[in-house]
Amino acid sequence: MSYISLSEKDKKEMLARIGVSSIEELFRSIPDDLKIKKNLDVPDSLTEPELSRWMDEIAHQNSYHDFLSFLGAGAYSHVIPSVVDYLSSRGEFISPYTPYQPEVSQGTLQIIFEFQTLICQLTGMDIANASLYDGASGAAEAVLMANRIKSKPKILVAKSLHPQYREVIQTYTKNLDLSVIEIEFSDRGEVDYEDLKEKLDEETSAVVVQSPNFFGIIEKLERISALAHERQALSVVVVAEPVSLGILEAPGKLGADIVTGEGQSFGLPLSFGGPYLGFMACCKEFIRQFPGRIAGETKDVDGKRGFVATLSTREQFIRRERATSNICTNQAWCALRATIFLELLGKQGMKELAWQNLQKANYALNQITQIGGIKPRFQGEHFNEFVLEFEKPWAKIEGFLLEKGLIGGLSLADVYPELSNCALLCVTESHRKENIDRLVALLKEVCS
Amino acid sequence: MTKMFHEPLIFEISGEGKKGFLFPKLDVPLKDNILKDIPSREEIDGFPEVSELEVVRHFTRLSQTNYCIDLGFYPLGSCTMKYNPKINEKLASTKELLLSHPYASEKWTQGSLGILKTTEEFLKNITGMDAITLQPSAGAQGEFVGMLMIRACLEESGNPRKIVLIPDSAHGTNPSSAHICGYRIQEIKSNEQGSVDVADLAEHMTEDVAALMVTNPNTLGVFETDIKKIADIVHSKGGFVYMDGANMNALIGMCKPGDMGIDVIHLNLHKTFSTPHGGGGPGSGPVGVTKELEPYLPFPIIEKEDGIFRLNHLRPKSIGRVRSFYGSFLVIVKALVYMLSLGPIGLKEIAEIAVLNSNYIRKSLENDYDLKYKTPTLHECVFSDKIQREHGVTNIDIAKRLIDYGVHPPTMSFPLIVQGALMIEPTETESKKDMDRFIDAMKQIAQEARNDPEVLKNAPHVSYVRRLDETSAARNPVLRWHNKPGEK
Repeated sequence: MSYISLSEKDKKEMLARIGVSSIEELFRSIPDDLKIKKNLDVPDSLTEPELSRWMDEIAHQNSYHDFLSFLGAGAYSHVIPSVVDYLSSRGEFISPYTPYQPEVSQGTLQIIFEFQTLICQLTGMDIANASLYDGASGAAEAVLMANRIKSKPKILVAKSLHPQYREVIQTYTKNLDLSVIEIEFSDRGEVDYEDLKEKLDEETSAVVVQSPNFFGIIEKLERISALAHERQALSVVVVAEPVSLGILEAPGKLGADIVTGEGQSFGLPLSFGGPYLGFMACCKEFIRQFPGRIAGETKDVDGKRGFVATLSTREQFIRRERATSNICTNQAWCALRATIFLELLGKQGMKELAWQNLQKANYALNQITQIGGIKPRFQGEHFNEFVLEFEKPWAKIEGFLLEKGLIGGLSLADVYPELSNCALLCVTESHRKENIDRLVALLKEVCS
Repeated sequence: MTKMFHEPLIFEISGEGKKGFLFPKLDVPLKDNILKDIPSREEIDGFPEVSELEVVRHFTRLSQTNYCIDLGFYPLGSCTMKYNPKINEKLASTKELLLSHPYASEKWTQGSLGILKTTEEFLKNITGMDAITLQPSAGAQGEFVGMLMIRACLEESGNPRKIVLIPDSAHGTNPSSAHICGYRIQEIKSNEQGSVDVADLAEHMTEDVAALMVTNPNTLGVFETDIKKIADIVHSKGGFVYMDGANMNALIGMCKPGDMGIDVIHLNLHKTFSTPHGGGGPGSGPVGVTKELEPYLPFPIIEKEDGIFRLNHLRPKSIGRVRSFYGSFLVIVKALVYMLSLGPIGLKEIAEIAVLNSNYIRKSLENDYDLKYKTPTLHECVFSDKIQREHGVTNIDIAKRLIDYGVHPPTMSFPLIVQGALMIEPTETESKKDMDRFIDAMKQIAQEARNDPEVLKNAPHVSYVRRLDETSAARNPVLRWHNKPGEK
C-alpha cells in the first residue's frame, strides 16, 4: 500500500519548480557514507486483504479471549457502551493534534474542560488536569509534585499500592535526594497504622496510599490523611479502580491533597495494558506545581465563551528544564472516551455501576469462602477485588480452572512472598451470576 | 464548520432523572449493610444526567468545531501530521487484542507478544540500533528512559557526570527530560547554517558531560552533516549521543542513526509511523540503544525461547519500569500494520516525498517570507514573520488568518533561534492541489500584510470562536464548571 497523493506529473512539476532534476538531489546534505545502499531488510508490502489475514493469524494466538476471566489488578473488564466506540471513532477526534490553535480546537478543549470537571466531581478536588499517561506514571508524578511542594527527603508509600506503580515511583525518584519507604499492611489488608505512625515524621513530604488498594481493600482515608497532616505531610491517594468512586466518598472529602489514578475502567478496553488513562486532581493552592496540560474557560473578542490550554508557563515548551514535568503528549483521546462514558452513565449510571461491582464481588467472596480449603486472606472491606488463600497449591488450582476455560485470578507469590499461596480475584458488573456460580462450583471441585 | 450553534457544557443540559445507559438488573441476592463502616456517598454531586441522544449530539457538534487531518492540510512543523490510515484503526480493534489482559499468562498472549516482538524487529532495522524498548508512552517519556539508561551506564563506571549538552534549537522536552534525570543543562549554539556549532560543542565537551541530546534533522529541518564528527567529539570524552528521533520522517529508509554514532534514539510512533494524534495522545515513544546500553532497558523485555515468547523481568541492571505493563499496545499495533503495509519501498518513499513536498513549499514561498537560514532542508522549513513585522503583523496573525483560508497554522512556539517562527512540515501524504492551496493562501496573506494588516490582526473571522483571550484565562483561571453559583 502507498498513501502518497502525488502523480508522476505532479512530481515532475514540483522538481522543476524547486530546480533540481531528481528527489535524490534533495538529500545531498546527507553524507554519502551514511546513506544506506540497499532497501531496508523488512518484508514486502501487504495490501489490505493481506493485512487482515495476517492479523487474523496473529490475533488467533491470543487463544484465551473467550475464557471466563477473573483478572483485575489494575486492568478491569467493564461494559463499554456502543456510543463510546461510535463517537470516539470520528476523524474529528482521532486525527487532530494537541489543541495549539484554540479557534479550531474547541471540541477537544471543551471536552478536556468537561473531563477536568468530571474528575473533580469524582475525586472531590478543586482542579484536575487534561490527563497523564497512566495510573502508574500518575502516581510517580504525584510523588514528584509532593516533593516540590514540601521539599522534604522522605516519601512513604503503602506496600498495598499496585506493585507496578511502586516500581515506576522508584524509577522516577532514583536520581532525586528522596528516599521512598514502604508501609506494611495489616491482617485486615489495610495500611498498618502502627508502622505508618512509626515511619511518619517531620521529614516526610507525603504519604501515598491506594484505595481500594491492590488487594481490593477500601482504606480508611480520613485516618491516614489526618496522620499525614499531623506531621505536615501531604496525603496522596491513588485510585486504580475509579468505578469505586461511584459509591465511595470522594477522597477530597476525606483529607486527600492530591488524588491520582487510572481511568482505564471508563470506556477503555483491556488492550494488553495500553493505552490507558492517567488522571490527576489536587487542591487549588498547589496549582503552580501541578504537572500536565490544563484547559481553562475564557472569552473571544466578541465575548463568546471559549476554551484554551492555560497556565502553560508550568510546561516544558515554555519553561524547558524548569517545567513541572516533561510531559508533552498526554492521553487526550483516552480522556475523550472516559468523558463520553461518564457523561452517558451520568449520576445514576455511575452509582448503579459501582453498586453492582460491590454486590457481585461480595456475593462471589461469600460463596467461595464457604468452600473448605479457601479463606479470605484479609478481613477489611472489599470493593470489587479480594485475595483468597488456598490450602492446596494455587498452581494446581489455576491449571485446573484453565483446563475448564477459566482464568481464576492473579498469583501474588512473585510480588508478595508473604502471600505465597494467595490469588487476587476481580468480579465486576460484567460477570453474570451464572459465571460466578461456575467459578464457585469448579473451586469446590478442585479445593475440597 | 458552522457558526449556527453554540454547544453548551453537558452540565448545562442536564435534567434530573435522565438516563443515558441502563445496566441489567442485579442478578445476585442483594446484601445490605455492606459498606456500613465506610464513608460512602448517595450520588456524585454535579454529575450530568442526560439521554443517549443528547450525548451523541453533544459530541457530534463538538467534533465539528475541531480541525483535523481528515478535513485538510495540517502543516504543524515537527509534529508530522500525516494521514492516519483507516486499516490501522480497524485492525487495532481486533477483538482478541482488545480482550487481551496484561496479566494473563504468556501462554495465552502469544499473539500480543508476537506483535510487540515483530515491531521491535522493524524498528531495529529502520534505526540500525541493537535493541528496542516499546514501553515509553510518548516521546518525552522515551527521552526520560534514554537519559536514565545513559546515567545508569555511567554510574556503573563510577561517575554519572553532571551536565547534558543541548543545542539551542531543541524541543522543550529535551532539557526538561534531562533535568529530571538529575542533569544540569548547557546550551550549545547553532552556527550560521543552523547546525550544531562543532567548535562550541568541542569547547563544552568535558568529562563532566554525560551526553549530547541532538535532533537530526534538527528543528529547522537541517541535517546535521557533521553528525559523525559530533559523535566522535562526544565519545572521545566518554559521553553518549542521544538522538531525538521526532524528525525520523526525513530519514526513514535513507540512512540509519545507528550508522551515525548515535547511542540512544527515541521515535514517535504518532509522528513517523502514522498513528493518530487523537487531539493530544495517546502516543508511543520507543527507544533504541546500542549493545552497550541494552542491559539497562526498562523491564520486562520480550524474549523468544523454543518458539515461545516470554517476558523477562529479571534484569539486574535495568533502569526499572516507567509505566504499567508493556506500553501503548494498540498504538504499537497501528504502527506495525503501517510498516507492514508499506514494505521496504513504501517506507523509503515516506522520506523521499516528505522532503520533496517540503522543498516545494519552501521554494514556492521564499520570495514572500523571510528564511533566516538558507541551508538546504529536508522534511520541514522554518520561515519567519520578519518581512511582515514591518507592517505590524506577527506570526500569530499569519497563523490565525490561515484559519480563515481553511488551513491549520504551522508551528510557532519553537525553534527559539528563529524569532516569529513559522515551521512548516507538509509530510508525504499531501496532494499537490492541497499544498498549492496552502501556498496561495500564504501568498495572499503576505499581500494582506502589506495592504490590509488589520484583517490579519483581527483574524480569524469565520471560525467557531474568534481570537480567544489567553491572558485572562491564565490570570483568572476557571478550570472546571461549578454547579453552585458563587463557588469558585
